[in-house]
This record gives sequence, structure tokens and C-alpha cells, in this order.
Amino acid sequence: MALDQSFVGRSYPPTEPYEVGREKIREFAEAVGDANPAYTDAEAAKALGHPDVIAPPTFVFAITFKAAGQVVADPQLGLDYSRVVHGDQKFAYDRPVRAGDRLTVTSTIEKIRSMAGNEVLDIRGDVHDQDGEHVVTAWTKLVARAAEEA
Amino acid sequence: MTAKISYADVEVGTELPAQTFPVTRATLVQYAGASGDFNPIHWNEKFAKEVGLPDVIAHGMFTMAEAIRVVTDWVGDPGAVVEYGVRFTRPVVVPNDDRGATVEVSGKVAAKLDDNTVRVDLTATSDGQKVLGMARAVVRLG
Repeated sequence: MALDQSFVGRSYPPTEPYEVGREKIREFAEAVGDANPAYTDAEAAKALGHPDVIAPPTFVFAITFKAAGQVVADPQLGLDYSRVVHGDQKFAYDRPVRAGDRLTVTSTIEKIRSMAGNEVLDIRGDVHDQDGEHVVTAWTKLVARAAEEA
Repeated sequence: MTAKISYADVEVGTELPAQTFPVTRATLVQYAGASGDFNPIHWNEKFAKEVGLPDVIAHGMFTMAEAIRVVTDWVGDPGAVVEYGVRFTRPVVVPNDDRGATVEVSGKVAAKLDDNTVRVDLTATSDGQKVLGMARAVVRLG
């Protein structure tokens, strides 16, 4: 069944703050095999002009995607998550995420489309720090594949 | 931001050093833990096949994380990335053997923009097939 177009433009309440940990950044950088010292060495990060170690560009997805779970799990929207695949992902940064950030995410449904029986849902996640400053916006396109014929 | 590449030194068509990234089942388990994405299609072969995949596939976000390294290794400062987006066009299939899969990533400067920024277009392939579409980053140079 087609998703309800009236959900376009709907925003969900900001998430509780996620505190970005130095060791969580290290763990992520190691998992993607990235030895850039800006992720693990505060002095190296400072030499680049950052106040503390920074996170790899895609690190924030874990936070924004969890926030998008509010949308995905909204029973009124009625998305069948078992059929969902990740279509597109985009980020626009005002600054890199860094250790010590306490980040909140506000998720908004930007677009809902039906294409050949697939439901395409665009969710924007606006990420702000503890001072209310914008850090990064993430756009996630989810595609719920059409149910197969029984 | 202190990128080690100068805006004046690049032109449209400048190629970034290409890189090859290995992906094994162990890589995917480690990424699952670090990212919190425990979807079984990324570690459980039986489950992956039941939902119609040829085998376990890499997290799209893992491939996205690898591809931007061509840009961040080039500029030195990962904080110089202003925008980054991809389309997940084809999964990276990771067999359960000693070699796993590889993702090959190349990039070139596609446009010089305002404020010392350039757009880099990335190409990511695995097993000879493109796995990302519209893979683009905007990065601020020195």
C-alpha cells in the first residue's frame, strides 16, 4: 500500500544527546582500516586546526540512522522495514564531528514517492551540538521493495 | 582546516591516487560492531541467501567509508570534506574464503567551485562492476 503523502514535511522530536567518545571514533576508524592520525591523536588533530580528534566523515551515520528509526518505526506511516534497502546517502558538513560532541538529531520526512510498486522515502537528519550549532545534515533514501506476488 | 593540496595546483581532470580496499568476513563483523549495524545480510550466509542475495554482502556504509579515503588521504585533513554523497547501485559480495572481496576506488577533480572547494567524482568497483553511483565529494583545499 502506498505510504501516506501527508507525512511529507513531518519532523520528529530531537533525539536525546549522543556523546561522541574518543574510543568510539578509534574503534570506527580501525574498523574501516583508516590510519589517519586526526581520528586517534589529539595533537595531530590540533595541528590541523581541530580542538580534539575528529570522526571519519561517515561516522555520524550510526547516529542519524538510529534517529531515522523513529520514522521507520512510526506505525502511522506503516513502512514495511523488512523490505527496506538503503538507496542513497549524502552528508553536508558545517564542521567534522569530534570527540566530546553531544549531538542531537532532528529527523524530517522530505519526500515520499511510489515507483513501480516500490516506496521511496527520503529522510533528512539535522545534527546539532550541545550549543545548538549545526554540525552536519544527513540525507538517507530508503527504498521499500514491492511485495512479491504470493 | 588545513588541506595539504592547494586549490591553485589542481585542475579539472586532476586524478587522485587510486586505492584498493580489501573486505573479508572478518572486516564485516568488525564494521558491524563499530557501526552498530548488525543486519544479518552482512554476516549470515544462510540469511543472505534466504532473502535472495548471492552471498553475504558488505554494508553499503562500509563501502562509502572506504571510498572517501581516496579524498581524505589526498587532502590529509578529513575535516576538509564539505559534502559527500553516494548511491548504492550494486552490493559488494564477500565470499567466505581467505581473500574475500576488494573495492577499487579512483577519483578525479570534476569541477572547481567557490571558496577553494572542488568537486571530486569517485568511481568504486568490485569484481569489475561499479558498486556506487553518483559518488561525489566536495572538499576544501588549501
